[in-house]
Order: sequence, then structure tokens, then C-alpha cells
Amino acid sequence: MSDGRAVLVVEGLHKTFTLHTQGGIQLPVLRGVDLTVYPGECVALTDPSGSGKSTLLRSVYANYRPQRGRILVAHDGARIDMVDAGPRELLAVRQRTIGYVSQFLRVIPRVPTLDVVVEPLRAFGVARDAALGRGRALLARLRIPERLWSLSPVTFSGGEQQRVNLARGFVADFPILLLDEPTASLDVASRAIVIELIRDALARRTAIVGAFHDAEVREAVATRTVSLHGAGVAA
Amino acid sequence: MLRARGVTRYYGSRVGCRDIGLDLWPGEVLGVVGESGSGKTTLLGCLSGRLEPSAGTVEFTQRDGTIVDVLRMPEPALRKLARTDWGIVHQNPRDGLRLGVSAGANVGERLMALGARHYGQIRDAAFDWLGRVEIDRERIDDWPETFSSGMQQRLQIARTLVTEPRLVFMDEPTGGLDVSVQARLLDLLRRLVTDLGLSAVIVTHDLAVTRLLAHRLLVMRGGEVVESGLTDQVLDDPQHPYTQLLVSSVLQP
Repeated sequence: MSDGRAVLVVEGLHKTFTLHTQGGIQLPVLRGVDLTVYPGECVALTDPSGSGKSTLLRSVYANYRPQRGRILVAHDGARIDMVDAGPRELLAVRQRTIGYVSQFLRVIPRVPTLDVVVEPLRAFGVARDAALGRGRALLARLRIPERLWSLSPVTFSGGEQQRVNLARGFVADFPILLLDEPTASLDVASRAIVIELIRDALARRTAIVGAFHDAEVREAVATRTVSLHGAGVAA
Repeated sequence: MLRARGVTRYYGSRVGCRDIGLDLWPGEVLGVVGESGSGKTTLLGCLSGRLEPSAGTVEFTQRDGTIVDVLRMPEPALRKLARTDWGIVHQNPRDGLRLGVSAGANVGERLMALGARHYGQIRDAAFDWLGRVEIDRERIDDWPETFSSGMQQRLQIARTLVTEPRLVFMDEPTGGLDVSVQARLLDLLRRLVTDLGLSAVIVTHDLAVTRLLAHRLLVMRGGEVVESGLTDQVLDDPQHPYTQLLVSSVLQP
């Protein structure tokens, strides 16, 4: 990485979707995006919806596969390029370095909420009791009633599912956190808690990149705003 | 743990699977998806030494670290490997169970094949495993024919895993089951894979199953692998036209 302190460096990232089932239409979404992120800062992507914020976040998580460019991530003292790393490296980065909170909770039916939340910690190697302790504390902080912890979140309301998702994302202290509309379906009180969680993470020197539709949340947490449009994204 | 190169199998002039290469690591679950006739089951047969490929190699790393060539092993050694290190879960539980003996005997039999002789311990193990796959322990002396298809599938899984294999081959493990039973089985499989650190190759046409169980995916069509990657990559950002068609044809994989 050009700068030794940066934990995430995106260079010249291009992502085009080719829709083979719809006549091979090409949708260029990212065209040469650059972004450098340091520990303890929260970068808010400010473009309107449909402009590639989610695509960038998903590409950093290696959920999407960009055609060109590099995504360098500081991982275990080395630098991994998420664009061409092998599957085992990618899984290791997701296990220890990058957390990702999307708008949607995707879980296996029948798995209790508490287990869903602590899964990233368990994968990290944290002992079960310690993991459960943290999971309970976070669920309580996010105001998920204790009687729901042993139930699967499949039947929860949208706001409850989103809070379970957030608990899962914040449980493990990842050095890098990607937040894609983390407060989309939350009420005011829950939003305030999420703002606190993000500030706590920043105080721990977590590097955060997020898309925050909600201007109030964005102003409360962002240390810097970046427009992908200015960085070379398709209009 | 398992390494295949150039695995090819013809049925006469027809291609079963062609030039398949894959690596499976300890603790990893690999999903193989594709429609009927895409060569998934043929590939599974070749990997597990039950089908002889026309070309290619399959290597397996044993518990002691030695690497064996699955396709060129003498038959008795292969059978021993299948009993000790491997497990096979068939799509139809009737293919994996012995229908003429009790549920408990179905589970205990694989242990006895490995030399267990203490009746009490074998019965305890059978008891334990029936519980783990959520079959009422009172039914230990009942015959599998009196079980529902979902219970039979769970019994087959107990029978397969009781010997603590390191690698499990599964052919459509949730095929033909009710959706509610599928969910229960998926949850069970996921917990077993995590708790026991199993490696597995799961062949299925159900993308939702792979989303929940597999770390990585191979997409097969016409006997060839057309796309591979992390499961969420393949399902959320499919590249190959066939994968896009497959993904867009199902409801919320």
C-alpha cells in the first residue's frame, strides 16, 4: 500500500455487470474508483441510490468480483488483494479482518438469534461462554427482548432483523467494518444506539466505510464523505 | 485433503463429466450444483472411488498424512478407506440404510465393521447419535421402514457419521423431503459440519441448500465446470450465462 497506515486501499476499481439473460446488456457501475481508508475513520459514501455504493462495499467484501483494479486489505500483517485472492484467503479475511452489515439478514431457519449473533466470534476462535456473554450484552444494548434470543430471527420484524444483523456485525471487533444502510429500517431510538456503536468502534480504531441514506446518522458518525461519482463512477 | 485433476468419465461416447479439477481442504464444504444430467452425480461417484473415470487422478490425504491415489488403490484398501475416513449420504436413504435391521443396529453396524465389540458401548453410541439427529430414542429398536422419509434420511446421516469420517460425500441430501423437514436437516448438517470439523462434497440442484451449507461452489453443465467461487460470489454475482440463468430461475436462493 502506498501509505503504511492505511488498512484499505482501493485502486482503479472497475465493475461492470453483464446480464446474459437479458440480451447481454452491459451495466458499467464502477469505473476507476480510488479510495484510501485509515484506522479510526468513518468514510461515508454520499452518492444517490443506484450509483454503486453497495457494489463498492460488496466488492471490498469480495462478494462481487470486479474486472479490474485492486482492493488491498491489511490482514494478519500482510496485504491481501481481494480482487485476485484465492477462496481460502478471502474466507480468512472475512473471518478475522472485515465485517459487513447489509440491509438484509440471511440465516438458516431454526438457528436461535443468540447463536446467529455470536457465530462470527465463534469463527474467530472465541470460547463459547465468552462469545455468548458478548452476544447477550449486544442484543440487550440493541433492545432485542431477551425472550426472543432463543428464537430464530426468521419471523422477526424488519427492524428487529436489522438489529440482529447489526449485533452480528459489531460482535467481533473487526479492524474494518463495511456498513450498507445499517439504519434503513430502524426507529429513532435504535438509530441513536447504532450511532453509539459506530462511535465506540471508531474509538477502538476500527476503519469504517458506509452508505448511510439517513443524513442525521451520516452527520453523526462520518469523519469524511466521499463521492464515487467524483471518483469516476458511471452516472 | 482431496485433490482431483482432469477427472473425465464417458458413458460410451456420451460425456458424464470432463476434465474436472478441484481441491478440498479440511473443514471445507464444497457444493456442486447444476441441473439433472449435468454430471454432478458422476463426478461424486468418481471422487469417492465408486465409479472408474476414463481419465484423471483423485488423491486423498489420510489421517496419518500419507497421500493415496483413490483411483488406483486395491479394492480392499478402498473399501477400508470408505469405512474409516469417508461417509456417503445417498439421496434415497434406502440406498444407505439396511432396511432389515433396527435403527440402532443401522447405526451400530458401522462401528462393528471397524472392530467395536462391546455391546453396551455400541448401543450407547447408537443412542447418542439418534438423539443428535433428533430421532426419538425410544425408536432405537424399530425398523427404518416404519420411519418417515425425513427420519430415514436423518438415520442415514447418523449411520454415516457415527464412525467420525473426515470426509462426507452427499448426493442431494435434502432431495424429496418436505420444506420444513429440509430446514431441520440443513440446520442439523450445518451444526455437525461445524462441530465435527468435517469436510464435505454436497451435490445438489437446490441453490438455497448451498447458500446455507457450502463455502465454495462448482457450477456444472454438460459435464463441465462452467463457474466456481465462494458460494455467495457465485450466487450474488454469477458470471457465466448458465449460472445467471440458474440463479435467476429460482426464488431467493
